[in-house]
Amino acid sequence: MGAARILDEAEIRRAVTRIAHEILEHNHGASGVVLVGIANRGDDLARRLAAEIERIEGATLPVGVLDITFYRDDIGMRAEAPEVHETRIDFDITGRTVVLVDDVLYTGRTIRAALDALVDFGRPTAIQLAVLVDRGHRELPIRADYVGKNVPTRRDEDVSVRLKELDGEDAVVVEEPGGTA
Amino acid sequence: MNKHLLSIHDVTAEDIVRVLDTAESFREVGTRVIKKVPALRGRTVVNLFYENSTRTRISFELAAKRLSADVINFTTSGTSVAKGESLKDTALTLQAMGADAIVIRHSSSGAPLTLTKWVHGSVLNAGDGTHEHPTQALLDLYTMRDRLGRLEELRVAIIGDVLHSRVARSLSFALVKMGANVTLVGPPTLIPPDAPAWGVEVSYDVEGVLPKLDVCYMLRVQRERQRQQYFPSVREYSRLFGLTRARVGMLPEGSLIMHPGPMNRGVEIDSDVADLPQAVMEEQVTNGIAVRMSLLYLLLGGRPEGVSTDE
Repeated sequence: MGAARILDEAEIRRAVTRIAHEILEHNHGASGVVLVGIANRGDDLARRLAAEIERIEGATLPVGVLDITFYRDDIGMRAEAPEVHETRIDFDITGRTVVLVDDVLYTGRTIRAALDALVDFGRPTAIQLAVLVDRGHRELPIRADYVGKNVPTRRDEDVSVRLKELDGEDAVVVEEPGGTA
Repeated sequence: MNKHLLSIHDVTAEDIVRVLDTAESFREVGTRVIKKVPALRGRTVVNLFYENSTRTRISFELAAKRLSADVINFTTSGTSVAKGESLKDTALTLQAMGADAIVIRHSSSGAPLTLTKWVHGSVLNAGDGTHEHPTQALLDLYTMRDRLGRLEELRVAIIGDVLHSRVARSLSFALVKMGANVTLVGPPTLIPPDAPAWGVEVSYDVEGVLPKLDVCYMLRVQRERQRQQYFPSVREYSRLFGLTRARVGMLPEGSLIMHPGPMNRGVEIDSDVADLPQAVMEEQVTNGIAVRMSLLYLLLGGRPEGVSTDE
């Protein structure tokens, strides 16, 4: 029962800073790199990464937000059509390195949908993946390039990322089934 | 959401907000190089048009195609196709072919409702007789909200042949539902006698209404539906109720001029008025695709019938 807090505000901040450094190191700087966050919360993380990269490198990266609802593989399997969020990618991704940003990596199905969605916007040179939490249980051959924290979980547990922008606080919490309702 | 969209009475104010919000995302899809998403892959949408239509049919066709659904266009050129056996047989044929949704336009009011008795899929009313045209009303609401930022307390006049206009009915019901103030304007012979029961006001004086408007919505004089003489002459109608350049000057700044199309330039609207920047007819058409995508997605994006017990 109950909930375990696995990342607090300071730890999330350090994870974002480290990932920002890793993105710059891996891509030899910020040139040609764009960030695309998956709605919801991935877009907020993408904006934080962009702010960190600007602080470290002085470079302003374009940030887009992607909603993957229309690309889901379970449309027509839920009782109601899934809720749709905003998509806004105001820049050309062709020839760029796109860093996809999401809060939690789990089955990999969201990322599969995001990859399909991205190629409808253009042909990036490369697509990399940054996540705040990798909780395992992949159902597809997908892995992250940048991980804030690996968290071993059971399938019946619920990992919830809370961000100030949406939830009023910064925390990552693992909730057991029947826990905090 | 209800399974069918036959009338504005099938949707709540909450549903309308959801349709318009979802349409916002679909409008973004329309700005991409690849204007297509795989949301309704494998679903079949049939356009069943018993009445001539260009923009509504093409709009629905494009909407379904941009959702990756398969589209069948079933048009009958004969205009005297009545309800009854022939519609039923067509419906059963489409049913046998596995249509997930049928978009129907028919000259008889109530034909879409009748169709729901014979098919399992969703039925969308694309205009039935002088009854309703709900998707037009929803795209008009989208356009008003997009341009003016709200629907509540919006002052809208619907001017012209209200009596024969299914657009006017659906639009009035939808606007009233969203808290807008609607005034119907036209010659007394073309205002439906039950109009006060819709929750709208009625006026016969165009120039008295214009200075108080956010939206001036012009209707086409539907001569093909008029079975008797409702006004002495087109010239007189145009002089009394047409939107001329001089009358546009009476509209408050920032107000919109709308028309569901097709327009009769020189009758209900002067040609140069239709080309003014505050006349948003082309936006109505563009937004129509996004709103119809939203409706198809919300009606067909859930679990198909037979898989669950939900409505």
